[in-house]
Amino acid sequence: METTDLIFRIVLIVIIFAISLVVAMYSTYAERKVAAFFQDRIGPNRAGPWGILQPLADGGKMFLKEEIIPTNATPFLFIVGPSLAILTACIGSAVIPWGQAIVIGGHTFDLQVTDINVGILYIFGVVSLGVYGIMIGGWASNNKYSLLGAIRAASQNISYEISMGLSIIALLMLTGTLSLKEIAEQQHGFAWNVWRQPLGFVLFLVCAFAETNRSPFDLPECETELVGGYHTEYSSMKLGFYLFAEYINMFISSAVMATLYWGGYNYPGMDWVAAHVGPTIAPIIGVVVFFGKIFFSIFFFMWVRWTIPRFRYDQLMDLGWKVLIPLAIANIVLTGVITTLLN
Amino acid sequence: MESLSNKRKVLEVKPLNFLERAYLPAIMGGLATTMKHFFKKPVTISYPEEKREFSENFRGMHSLKRDENGKERCTACGLCALSCPAEAITMTAAERKPGEENLYREEKYAAVYEINMLRCIFCGLCEEACPKEAIYLDGDIVPTDYLRKDFIYGKDKLVEAPLNQ
Repeated sequence: METTDLIFRIVLIVIIFAISLVVAMYSTYAERKVAAFFQDRIGPNRAGPWGILQPLADGGKMFLKEEIIPTNATPFLFIVGPSLAILTACIGSAVIPWGQAIVIGGHTFDLQVTDINVGILYIFGVVSLGVYGIMIGGWASNNKYSLLGAIRAASQNISYEISMGLSIIALLMLTGTLSLKEIAEQQHGFAWNVWRQPLGFVLFLVCAFAETNRSPFDLPECETELVGGYHTEYSSMKLGFYLFAEYINMFISSAVMATLYWGGYNYPGMDWVAAHVGPTIAPIIGVVVFFGKIFFSIFFFMWVRWTIPRFRYDQLMDLGWKVLIPLAIANIVLTGVITTLLN
Repeated sequence: MESLSNKRKVLEVKPLNFLERAYLPAIMGGLATTMKHFFKKPVTISYPEEKREFSENFRGMHSLKRDENGKERCTACGLCALSCPAEAITMTAAERKPGEENLYREEKYAAVYEINMLRCIFCGLCEEACPKEAIYLDGDIVPTDYLRKDFIYGKDKLVEAPLNQ
């Protein structure tokens, strides 16, 4: 029993890791395709049918590019930067509940790598570690544009983490638990948290855009002002790691968003389905639903990117400090008042 | 001052109302606009597989014409080279030998005729200058190549295919 659990867990870790990487890989392709469709174009269509081998071609290109470490850069930190960025992006997926417990051959397995009771705090910790990858990389490059980009990224992430945390607090007042698995289970059927916390969701969404450095908050790599931002000096696969980390972050934050607000693996009519297909197939359908939500969320990230122009830096800070934080605090007060009145 | 054209418009800058300042409605509008484009047919033409239809007076690659008997029309008078604003055309004239009457229409012909396609601006002045109706820019788009020397097109590429008797 112990060993089967252990083996299942290791298999699950490998699968989740592979899925994160594949999703990130194909997000780059999806981004280009989606951008093309939004602009009435076709997009990449030369590598393989409909261009589906494009990410492989891009990856191969990245590996074959010349590896440059600037003379005045700090070589150790220069390599640590992108490694840390991709590492922190990958470990966030450990606490996400991908589905209900699945029954295979009489054994029950959790579709979650680890169910720690402070899951949300873990996610927050990992997310705030993500800044170090960018900060170290930008600092080690010994380039003013990299440094400015890194500083922008750091201040942006710190500012938006506050309102993100505050918007989560309102949610936690309703759920009463920090464990992501319990939060997902509470939203059984159609009782998704987004119906109870619409303002909190909007705040979380905006902050998620800022945390992943996605447009309209992609100031750290604002080409017109900063050349390439924090990865100006990076080339080859180290640059690839930074870009890859952004897409993995997008995937993880979509998963977190789906778990916290959009019901995770829950969908209306899941009890009926579970009663009809049995305890092995039903969780798999739940996982598929969960991934559907994640993919729509990733699509939404891209949709916004190709719609809204970039903020100016002072506007970004204004929005973060003068709009989102007061709104988040108001949301907490509102949630407290309403829950007290209803009880 | 009074406007003479009556086209002047006085713009009023109104302060933004609450909904406009809240960003979100405007963002929704933007998202709706982009979503409309998502389902539009792409305007891309996948060149080389697909080709855009050329207009009637499209000027592409040059061709040196033959007359109705399959003889080369060009007499190497040099008017095309003279008229060329990009100086893309050069030629060497030669005299027709007895027995070559079926090849060249007149006693003088171009032994070498070269157009540098990197210099050519496809203005069509050579076409207009030619008194013998020997050169026309009625071909396709000039294909790409790797070396500069390969863009200097000689008679092998320019002269029309001979008539099949």
